[in-house]
Amino acid sequence: MIPFIIRRLLISAGLVFGISVISFFMMTLAPGSPYPWGELNPKIPPSYKEVFRKKFHLDQPIHVQYWLNMRDLFTGQLKSIKDDRPVLQRIGERLPATLALNAFSIVLSLTFGLLIGIFCARHYGRPPDLIASVVAFVFIALPGFWVASLALMGLVKGFHIPVLGLQSYGIDFPNAASQLLDRFWHLALPAIILSMGGIAVQSRYIRATMVETLREDYIRTARAKGLPEDIVFYKHALRNSIRPLITGIGALLPAMLGGSIIIETIFAFPGMGRLGYEAMLERDYPTLVALNFIVAGLVLIGNLLSDILYAVVDPRVRVE
Amino acid sequence: MSSEPLTPFQAMLRRFLKKRVGVISLVVIGLFFMTAIVVGLCSLGGFHFPFDPNATNLERKLLAPNSINWLGTDNLGRDVLSRMLAGSTISLSVGFVAMAVALSIGITVGAVSGYFRGWLDNVLMRIVDALMCFPTFFLVLSAIAILGPNLWIIIIVIGLISWTGTARLVRAEFLTLRESEYVRAAKALGQRNGPIIFRHILPNAAAPIFVTAIVGIPDAILIESSLSFLNFGVPPPQATWGNIISDGKSYMLDAWWLIVFPGLAIFTVSLAFYLAGDAMRQAANTRSERK
Repeated sequence: MIPFIIRRLLISAGLVFGISVISFFMMTLAPGSPYPWGELNPKIPPSYKEVFRKKFHLDQPIHVQYWLNMRDLFTGQLKSIKDDRPVLQRIGERLPATLALNAFSIVLSLTFGLLIGIFCARHYGRPPDLIASVVAFVFIALPGFWVASLALMGLVKGFHIPVLGLQSYGIDFPNAASQLLDRFWHLALPAIILSMGGIAVQSRYIRATMVETLREDYIRTARAKGLPEDIVFYKHALRNSIRPLITGIGALLPAMLGGSIIIETIFAFPGMGRLGYEAMLERDYPTLVALNFIVAGLVLIGNLLSDILYAVVDPRVRVE
Repeated sequence: MSSEPLTPFQAMLRRFLKKRVGVISLVVIGLFFMTAIVVGLCSLGGFHFPFDPNATNLERKLLAPNSINWLGTDNLGRDVLSRMLAGSTISLSVGFVAMAVALSIGITVGAVSGYFRGWLDNVLMRIVDALMCFPTFFLVLSAIAILGPNLWIIIIVIGLISWTGTARLVRAEFLTLRESEYVRAAKALGQRNGPIIFRHILPNAAAPIFVTAIVGIPDAILIESSLSFLNFGVPPPQATWGNIISDGKSYMLDAWWLIVFPGLAIFTVSLAFYLAGDAMRQAANTRSERK
């Protein structure tokens, strides 16, 4: 088990390194410049440009730039080109919002995915299963940004409720509980939309595993010895079909982080996804470098978590 | 009773045609593709239906659906229906070509891994594992931000991140099929590896590959439309379903038709592909249907 985790970690670390190199070189080779002024703006004296270039290492060859950026990142000195604040601080401000959004979405995906999957397996091949299956595919096929736009339009036009940002502004909350409720409400809609695809995919996995498990010999044995169907289903079959739920934690995270770029942009949610999107538009290299690293790190943690859970749930993994 | 034995692929198609949801989805897909092809050919010949998708008319901007502009007009007075029809050609081509790119990479990697095995297999599969647990959408965004939004770059970038599932599947098929008797026979007869891979093994793995191909198309269409929504998609004036929505999002509260109709098109096509793919998968997988 431990060597397995170490190997996974080493491979992922290699990948994170590779991706950071490739993305850095692509970034710097791209047309367009990170300067806050136009490249050819005559009003900016050359001496000032030189100071700026030196400050952000833009006067160095690319490979030296990469090294300097990495060194600054790990010593915490890397600063954003946009507002000259430490990159880690900028990301740190945005991290909790994204973490809350993604954690909420993953919980939703796993819970409802499990419930719908069990429902489908219970009614396998009969109309309820077919209807639930079509609904699952509807969820997969719905573009997240479209649903989010429609939801926003509907809420604003129909109910005059702007669900934007992290909390309502201009309201004095009488106590902490109502403030918390307000935050929750602002988190709920983006999280539900973000988890739609995850719910559908999870339910398909759970259904497939359940259906396969129900064909096992030990299920036939359980039925043959006269156990009630409920016990066979929920105790014998379900326990052995829980695998996709654990894999889901690791597998959903990358898709969620990708999706949260869109959802955060639409709902003006101050998270990391939107920070990345803005940094991309502004060519804020230092922020992008750091974000790439942190996003990869988060995914790594998610995967590690699911590997460890796997070993906790399935003793066979530990023996290997 | 036909005396010709069916290939696994033909058998799959037979079983598929018995599934109602699958056949309806296939008809929907067919209609969309026919429209896209007809519109594409017409616009090559300079004929536009019902209007020129890029003709602006500021006197008729942001009109709700009416008897002339069936699906309304956008902020520049362009006809939304015409733009959606023109966009169908681009959106479906993006889906189709990106899938083809992903499929060719996936088949090559999977075939090499599964057939030759050994260290090469190990290395390739670790790369696949790693890519699969990476937030690729972020990578696509950075790549396009850097290389510039251009139709071909978008197609290739989408293709480059979508091949991992196919590679795994093809590898699994090759691992079983390489041990089969006809492969051994071909080897004994002195066949070289190339013909064994492409003429003997690949056709027998056609059914599951076909299924991933079908599901790959809507995946690519959805990625493209998400990119368009973030203004990283196919650049104007070329219309795609995604960038009609993207252009319309600033007028969202006044002009619902700019958001609703193109989104509906994306959703309908994707759903049809996913349902057809699912029916195809059930038809391909004989084992799971046996009770």
